[in-house]
Amino acid sequence: MTPRLSSCSRTGGAGADRLAAFRPSRGPQRPTRAARQVFAKAVATPTKEASTSASKSASISSETAKELYRDMVLGREFEEMCAQMYYRGKMFGFVHLYSGQEAVSTGVIKACLRKDDYISSTYRDHVHALSKGISARKIMSELFGKKTGTCRGQGGSMHMFDAEYGLLGGYAFIGEGIPVGLGAAFTSAYKRRVLGDDGADQVAVNFFGDGTCNVGQFYESLNMASLYKLPCIFVVENNRWAIGMNHLRATGSTLGDEEPWIHKKGPAFGMPGVHVDGMDVLAVREAALEAVARARRGEGPTLIEAETYRFRGHSLADPDELRSREEKEHYAARDPIPQLRAYMLKHGLASETDLAELHASVAAEVDDCVEYADASPKPDMSQLLENVFADPKGFGIAPDGRYRYELPGFTAGTAEVS
Amino acid sequence: MAAILRAPGLGAVWGTVRGLATAVRQAEPATAGLDAKQMNLCSAVNDALHIAMDENPKTLVFGEDVSFGGVFRCTVGLAEKHGKHRVFNTPLCEQGIVGFGIGAAAQGYSPIVEIQFADYIFPAFDQITNEAAKYRFRSGGEFDVGGLTIRTPYGAVGHGGHYHSQSPEAFFTHIPGIKVVMPSGPRETKGLLLSAIRDPNPVVVFEAKMLYRTAVEDVPTGDYSIPLGRARIARAGSDVTLVGWGQQVLVLEQAAKELAASDGIEAEVIDLRTLLPWDADAVAASVEKTGRLVVSHEAPLTSGFGAEIVAAISDRCFYSLEAPPLRIAGYDTPFPLVCEPLYLPGVQRVVDGVRRLLRA
Repeated sequence: MTPRLSSCSRTGGAGADRLAAFRPSRGPQRPTRAARQVFAKAVATPTKEASTSASKSASISSETAKELYRDMVLGREFEEMCAQMYYRGKMFGFVHLYSGQEAVSTGVIKACLRKDDYISSTYRDHVHALSKGISARKIMSELFGKKTGTCRGQGGSMHMFDAEYGLLGGYAFIGEGIPVGLGAAFTSAYKRRVLGDDGADQVAVNFFGDGTCNVGQFYESLNMASLYKLPCIFVVENNRWAIGMNHLRATGSTLGDEEPWIHKKGPAFGMPGVHVDGMDVLAVREAALEAVARARRGEGPTLIEAETYRFRGHSLADPDELRSREEKEHYAARDPIPQLRAYMLKHGLASETDLAELHASVAAEVDDCVEYADASPKPDMSQLLENVFADPKGFGIAPDGRYRYELPGFTAGTAEVS
Repeated sequence: MAAILRAPGLGAVWGTVRGLATAVRQAEPATAGLDAKQMNLCSAVNDALHIAMDENPKTLVFGEDVSFGGVFRCTVGLAEKHGKHRVFNTPLCEQGIVGFGIGAAAQGYSPIVEIQFADYIFPAFDQITNEAAKYRFRSGGEFDVGGLTIRTPYGAVGHGGHYHSQSPEAFFTHIPGIKVVMPSGPRETKGLLLSAIRDPNPVVVFEAKMLYRTAVEDVPTGDYSIPLGRARIARAGSDVTLVGWGQQVLVLEQAAKELAASDGIEAEVIDLRTLLPWDADAVAASVEKTGRLVVSHEAPLTSGFGAEIVAAISDRCFYSLEAPPLRIAGYDTPFPLVCEPLYLPGVQRVVDGVRRLLRA
């Protein structure tokens, strides 16, 4: 269950020396081909049994386990409700569900981050927002395009922001949020290093997928994060599919491997590359705890590759015909929620009754958020004209102080906005 | 990125090509009371950056080569005075640089990002158009990146060739949510740049790199700002309205002088200063008076910002126009090397155009 470190970092020892080993190795320390081969073999055949080791029960309390379990169930149930609401016409736009990947959101955000840390998300952003602590009511309202949403219904799915919780946005463009996350990480580092604010140890976590790892901004950002030693964590949610393009068909293999390993790109940029089973929330948590602690200590960024899987098509408009049944069944059998459930029961972290209660409370929360979103008011038409520029006068607000949309003739000849 | 241009000598080439003398102007009433000294445009930028960094500890300057003064020397001395933590070099990655600036601006910082040449801004276009311009809107006001200012040198220099000469301003005027500023000289640049930095919206400032060294005039030494969105009458006249921005204003002023001397035509020259939002009222008022409109820019004709001005003024001043509005612009070709004098809308093309317009 210990997260597997990339070959460069694995060659190091324990403790402080281990961190030194995260740096790109040179000369005699360069890992041998044999080492890489051994490593690749180990990664290619993840040993699930070995991961549920006794050491884990010692590292997690009953409260933490329940918190993580509830967060994953909430993520799953929320998304399943989204599918229902989408097909019922309650939400619009393009909706991409997170089901199957909960262990990553929960293991990183819920388990390791504070309210004042930053995250930048992707187009699959609902569950990241939930894990960060934003209320299901606000998120569902945003998806319904309601005034009570995270962005007052301005963006809907893929475009969540929340200043209070440090959610720097869902980014529909892949990779676009990564340098933005760096900028936020920079402000945290700046406060501490330059302004002398020792309490400023906020970290920024950038989430993105395997497809994004072929985009230039990813590499630009890895370099800048390492160069400036920013408190920044890159989390690749490798679900193997960039819409219809399989990861193995889209990305060249890392040297000495038969497959591409994204985490191995970390050491090339001077940061640890950590490989973790993204279907195992405790493994993700363990990897993320170390990366976050490292960032908070001012030791710089980490790249985490979490191997995961989405249980649905790319978006709700995707009939999901490209992926084989065998592949889907393989990952369905590794669903992170039943895995944690079994672990909790086995280690006495929760009883069946406890878990039933958690499920009931999630169901109530999800029903409540739908009712709330449904009953919430729609935004005014003014929203079209607000927030384009800082000062809405002249643009959104006419010289007489009225919103331009209130002026006679504003909607003449246009479809009614309802 | 591409090779670094050497600044010395540009002015001489330019002067030969376009018949322009070094621009020396008198102080305007708005800044007349302030102490002033002779500065070139580069020093004016530097002066503005020092003021901005002095007044706000959250102002940062970063970009390629800026910490040692930048390839045009606009950021010289900033790192020494304000610290290397606030003035720093970035790797060569424009998209990442602007994205980084957006992230810092969203946390309340005021990053002044330098894109080394406007020609290099296109990798960052995605971040500018999709994120910077929309951050406030799509977050429903949760965040804004109003602190962000992007400075970039643009325009012909006499020998810049394809990738060190372009005027890409029109692309940026098609993006609601940002402002676009193109100053025409040192005094204008300092005042407009300070406004851009303090403006609560993201602003792209295109600096006329040909003028960095060649344009010298009295520039107030203290703090002053010129409001964004308001044009300047660079020369008053009654027969025709010539509209331009950035270094093209100097071409229009020179053309106006020649027209007055040789034809007795009094052209009114408007320096638009800000392209987004642009001062349609000022242009319309002038055209109401003169009945004729010429818009001129270095960028290619088709879909240039001149098209927007002509369309808007045709709409507003239709019954006052005595001739069809005219655009005098770069040709619809890539920016050329040896054919630069042929490509550019120089003084003679403007003079010829105005003569044709007045005969119409």
